[in-house]
Amino acid sequence: MSRGQNILRGVVLTIGAVAFLFPFYYMIVGSLQKSPDTSIAGAFPNPANLTLENYADINSRVNLMQTLLNSGIFTGGVILGTLVFGVLVGYALAQLQWRGRGITFALVLLVQVVPFQLLMIPLYVMIARDYGLADNYLGMILPFAINSTAVIIFRQYFLQVPRELFDAARIDGAGEVVLLWRIALPLVRPALLTVVLLTFIGPWNEFLWPFLVTKQASMQPLAVALANYISTVAASAANPFGAVLAGACVLAGPAVILFILFQRHFVSTDIGSGVKG
Amino acid sequence: MGRNPIGLLLSAPYLVFVIAVFAYPLIFAVYMAFHDYFFAAPGAQVDRPFVGLDNFQEVLSDPAVIRSFGNVGIFLLINVPLTVVLSLVLATALNKAVRGRTFLRVAYYVPYVTASVAVVGVWLFLFSGGGLVNQVLGPLAPDPSWLISPTWAMPTIALFVTWKQLGFYILLYLAALQSVSTELYEAASTDGAGAIRKFFSVTIPGVRPATVLVLLLSTVTGANLFTEPYLLTGGGGPNGASTSPVLLMYQKGIEQGNPDTASAIGIILVIGVLIIAFIQRKVAGGDES
Repeated sequence: MSRGQNILRGVVLTIGAVAFLFPFYYMIVGSLQKSPDTSIAGAFPNPANLTLENYADINSRVNLMQTLLNSGIFTGGVILGTLVFGVLVGYALAQLQWRGRGITFALVLLVQVVPFQLLMIPLYVMIARDYGLADNYLGMILPFAINSTAVIIFRQYFLQVPRELFDAARIDGAGEVVLLWRIALPLVRPALLTVVLLTFIGPWNEFLWPFLVTKQASMQPLAVALANYISTVAASAANPFGAVLAGACVLAGPAVILFILFQRHFVSTDIGSGVKG
Repeated sequence: MGRNPIGLLLSAPYLVFVIAVFAYPLIFAVYMAFHDYFFAAPGAQVDRPFVGLDNFQEVLSDPAVIRSFGNVGIFLLINVPLTVVLSLVLATALNKAVRGRTFLRVAYYVPYVTASVAVVGVWLFLFSGGGLVNQVLGPLAPDPSWLISPTWAMPTIALFVTWKQLGFYILLYLAALQSVSTELYEAASTDGAGAIRKFFSVTIPGVRPATVLVLLLSTVTGANLFTEPYLLTGGGGPNGASTSPVLLMYQKGIEQGNPDTASAIGIILVIGVLIIAFIQRKVAGGDES
């Protein structure tokens, strides 16, 4: 391995990292500036121009506590649905022989390839108009409660568990539910964490669907409330960009922190197996 | 019922959901596209006649719709090659790097895990008329600025999405690089191949299945485009220069109350994606995976 190559690699990787991280750095700096400074000097924090007022400002326009709570309920509901259905179907597909198993697995794969935009209009008609679930947590959660990536990850994990283990428990008289709860679930604990982390960023960051089904400000997740603020920002606030960036920091924070804490669980092979099916 | 009918019982809740929020809406979308479907009060008995291909004819003769498909074309022409090249180059460099690997992996993946709405806020700030990018470019800055320029609005969006999604594709390539055998590299070295030659003769063929996947996923992401044109360019840009088909579906279907034409756009879009995916697979995929 030549020296030149190593240096070239270092340069490429460093330029890459700066390009990826700079907007986040700028998000934080911008959220703390009293008046927006878009000059090159503004990229460096000036102690005289720092303030937390933008956070108070965005909080006065977007109820941060309420919208964060809405984001949390939406995300929590999606994760719960994903885990429950994912474990049950993943276990059934990997360890049990039953009629309809092939079709079920084919459906799991099919769900993954049909794009959401085709379902968006009929789902809106059904959920918001026919079922009256607009401005309702259930209406937000329903379309995301099934997650084929999770089913596939759980199936992969359960496939690695030797069937004899379950057969032995069955001989000892354990029912399927006991089996699932006492033996299967503890075995896939690492998969549970992976799925929670992978699932978290979806609903937490989701914009389009909650934007369609929530019109009341008190029901909107933070992403929707912030987007509405951005699109109407023009004249109102004293330092609109500062407020937008403060809101952006609050929205980005939980996902980024979770990711950094658990980054080694975002294993590329899991993601790969998830999307490849 | 097979040896363990309980398997069906465990899968039943999932299957009910698949029918309710996937299969039924899918059929419903096709139904709407072929009927004169409009919103009515819940429970009201209204006649929604079959209209054949009328909705398709209407959207295909609408210049705004044609424009939006053209915009996706521009988007894909910029985003897809850039995504494949950058993610493969960065993944290759990262794969061999010893120091700071974890930090770099995190750095590249952070935009992907962050909400579009949040990073859109920074990009608006960076790419506005007097924003930092134009300050750095000085006299080279385009006028009108990036997001309000009919020429630059769509390329800026394509650049944004490339940056946002790249970490995910880098991770995919990193996984693929693990499976390229080191013997091939050693054999190439013995034959006197340099780093560049090895990259083209060993790495690129070795990660071909991943490339097919990256092509497919980035194309699907492009077809799904909504949040970025909606927020970055204030609902579609100057003269619809950055309107996407999904944005039009939202405007026509929900704002203007024509879910039938919106569904027709959706069906055309999905057929388009399937055709592009099929061509990509033929060209890049060979017989693998």
